[in-house]
Amino acid sequence: MTAERVAMIRERLTEALQPEDLDIQDDSAKHAGHEGAKGGGGHFNVRIVSPAFAGRNLLERHRMVYDALGDAMHSDIHALSIQAKTPEEL
Amino acid sequence: MDVLDKIKQAVDSHPVVIFMKGTPEMPMCGFSSRASQALQACGEEFAYVNVLSDPEVMENLPRFANWPTFPQIYINGELIGGCDITLEMYQNGELEKMVKEAVAAKAGQGDSAAQ
Repeated sequence: MTAERVAMIRERLTEALQPEDLDIQDDSAKHAGHEGAKGGGGHFNVRIVSPAFAGRNLLERHRMVYDALGDAMHSDIHALSIQAKTPEEL
Repeated sequence: MDVLDKIKQAVDSHPVVIFMKGTPEMPMCGFSSRASQALQACGEEFAYVNVLSDPEVMENLPRFANWPTFPQIYINGELIGGCDITLEMYQNGELEKMVKEAVAAKAGQGDSAAQ
């Protein structure tokens, strides 16, 4: 389940944003049992480096990530922590 | 009142408002907790809406601003982001500046309206 979700996130972000670096951590186990986890969606941390973020502010970058993930934001993903950088910002 | 109007009213009537799970005193989610702590650290009063106590707001807030997760923080009627962005802006000093300016501007409006 976990591996499938991470693979799905990776596939969607890779296709939409062509990242130069992409790291996805599944933190779901840390949150198991808490109030917000009842819906069954996972907690994930995404660190993504893509030239597509150039000239975009933080709000726009996060929206690009959410848009790329699409309907998964309403089902498989309960919480998502995002670090979105351009290659120049590293 | 339509739920989107209700959300808009909450956003427009407070210079700083956070839609969160739980309350600043008793947050029910780590992300909501960290974001509200960052706001508290800015030293100004802010409004909050506990989305857990209002399922209709919780269900409709994501489409209000095209933002799928909680918490959501609004300053001067505009979404600034969720937990990650709020913390990043707190750490680089932007959040405190924005919060103080928004609160001061709102107070100024109140004075002129009273005169």
